[in-house]
Amino acid sequence: MNNTPTVRIQKIRKNRTRTMLIVFGILAAALLVCSVIAPLLCPYDPYAQDLSKSLQPPSAEHWLGTDRYGRDLLSRIIIGSQTSIYSTLLLVAVMTVVGTVLGVIAGLYGGIIDTIIMRISDIFLAFPGLVFALAVAGALGGGVQNAIIALAAVGWPKFARLARSQTLAQKKQQYMDAAKISGDGMFHIIIWHLMPNIIGPIIVTAVLDIGTSMMEIAGLSYLGLGAMPPVAEWGSMMSGAREFIQTAPWVAFGPGIAIFISVVIFNMLGDTVRDYFDPRQRTK
Amino acid sequence: MTKYVIKRLLQLIPIVLGITFLSFAMMQVAGSDFVEQAANNTGIIASDEAMQRAREALGLDKPFIIQYFTWLGGLLQGDMGISYVSGKDVFGTFISKLPATLLLTLTSVIATMAISIPLGILAAVKQNKITDYIIRIASLIGNSLPNFVVAILLMYFLSIKLGWFPILSKGTSLYSAILPTLTLAISMGAKYLRQVRATVLEELNKDYVTGAKARGVRGKVILWGSVLKASMLTIVTLLAISIGSLLGGTTIVESIFGWDGVGKLAVDSITMRDYPMIQAYVVWMAIIYVIVNLITDLLYNYLDPRVRLGIGGVCDE
Repeated sequence: MNNTPTVRIQKIRKNRTRTMLIVFGILAAALLVCSVIAPLLCPYDPYAQDLSKSLQPPSAEHWLGTDRYGRDLLSRIIIGSQTSIYSTLLLVAVMTVVGTVLGVIAGLYGGIIDTIIMRISDIFLAFPGLVFALAVAGALGGGVQNAIIALAAVGWPKFARLARSQTLAQKKQQYMDAAKISGDGMFHIIIWHLMPNIIGPIIVTAVLDIGTSMMEIAGLSYLGLGAMPPVAEWGSMMSGAREFIQTAPWVAFGPGIAIFISVVIFNMLGDTVRDYFDPRQRTK
Repeated sequence: MTKYVIKRLLQLIPIVLGITFLSFAMMQVAGSDFVEQAANNTGIIASDEAMQRAREALGLDKPFIIQYFTWLGGLLQGDMGISYVSGKDVFGTFISKLPATLLLTLTSVIATMAISIPLGILAAVKQNKITDYIIRIASLIGNSLPNFVVAILLMYFLSIKLGWFPILSKGTSLYSAILPTLTLAISMGAKYLRQVRATVLEELNKDYVTGAKARGVRGKVILWGSVLKASMLTIVTLLAISIGSLLGGTTIVESIFGWDGVGKLAVDSITMRDYPMIQAYVVWMAIIYVIVNLITDLLYNYLDPRVRLGIGGVCDE
């Protein structure tokens, strides 16, 4: 039983969490750097077709083999990291910003605005998100932007609720009144006084969401509702691979492993960020 | 009690209205409609007039609000329209595919519980021991694999390497349900396992456990008699919440395995822009989701002695 860990244990845990935070921060940063300099890392042109080399197994020449059009899979996975990672980060950013803005507005102004925003978010929360995202992505008709719009449309309420409850807690604080009395404008107050006080939990939630978002975007792309061929994206690369699962399983394994590794890194980063900023979690 | 159930079912109305209106609106924004999509798919270059006539026949030329209310009027009479693609009644088609999805959902929920509850409890009891770490790493792995990746891995190892299962499901049977069930249960079980572990840990850290220990009650008796009983409430609720993500997850898994349920129907309809079918899917998922949540709440009330004995609880609002 560890009802109240000793100060020493708490300190050890804190140091361990900090080390993990640094490790996974570096790994996530490395992933990002890889995707930024992706064109330099590709051994072959990821879009160059060579049908004479189609569906070759992994070899010294093509480390991860080739796909049905003879394109080098390693190159496609490296270049695919751009679409997969950027679109995921963009999605998380859109959800966070939209949700936070609406949540802060609802919390600060209250009344009818609050009711409308919260009722809409209730509807989304009372409905399986991916189902609606599928319908929306389908309606908008494929493409990475549309997948982002669809997933953001179902993902913002979580952030809106969080931002609203944080805002409500801060609204009554004296510093808010002080800022108002000093004649600061509402915009200035929100950005310079309110935001610094509510942004912590929102950022933690956002980081925790990266892994899931990445899997959702890949899932939509897998179904043909995200990135469109020939654009290299991990989900859509796997979608074409299923028919070759008997003859050329490496076509599916490469992108699958790429998704897995990235999601693990982002999930671990999320968990450690949460543990670091919420000491109560460290005991678990 | 009846009043409570009715109240909860009434909450369905704004949800269904809101969700269908939004998805209807989105489809209008989309720009490409069924007629265009069908023309593209068949490769026949239709004249503008022919396409216009086709739109009029389907009512697609009318303003969006009128289309929405026409559809809504139909829905109230139990008429969900006619599929643009097959020309068959949407309601009938949908109902014929529903049992397959419900079967898959049921088997997946059972498999998820079979994986996550024992492992979650074990991890909690052995907190910070080697068993706990192994289970947690397994859960991290399962949590970081999208279900289409799990599906492909299972297909490769169990169907192709070992030859235990057919790659595509042949009809709706328990045997062909095994692979899709495993896929869903691995993804969901990993997430759920963590919640079970956290719940049991929280319960283990409560004062009454320390008290029972101090009085010399054996560890097993505390665990089985009190801790697990108390944890079950939260575990059941969490499971019901995760059914929502399961309903979304079945779409991908059904299309991968060719499982003939509503999820596959939905994906097929989405690629064809078969709006009445997509709307039916959205409506039905909303209904199923709300009903599942309602059943959970009732179950919760039944399991919680405080509520059952009328001391207080959710039903008393």
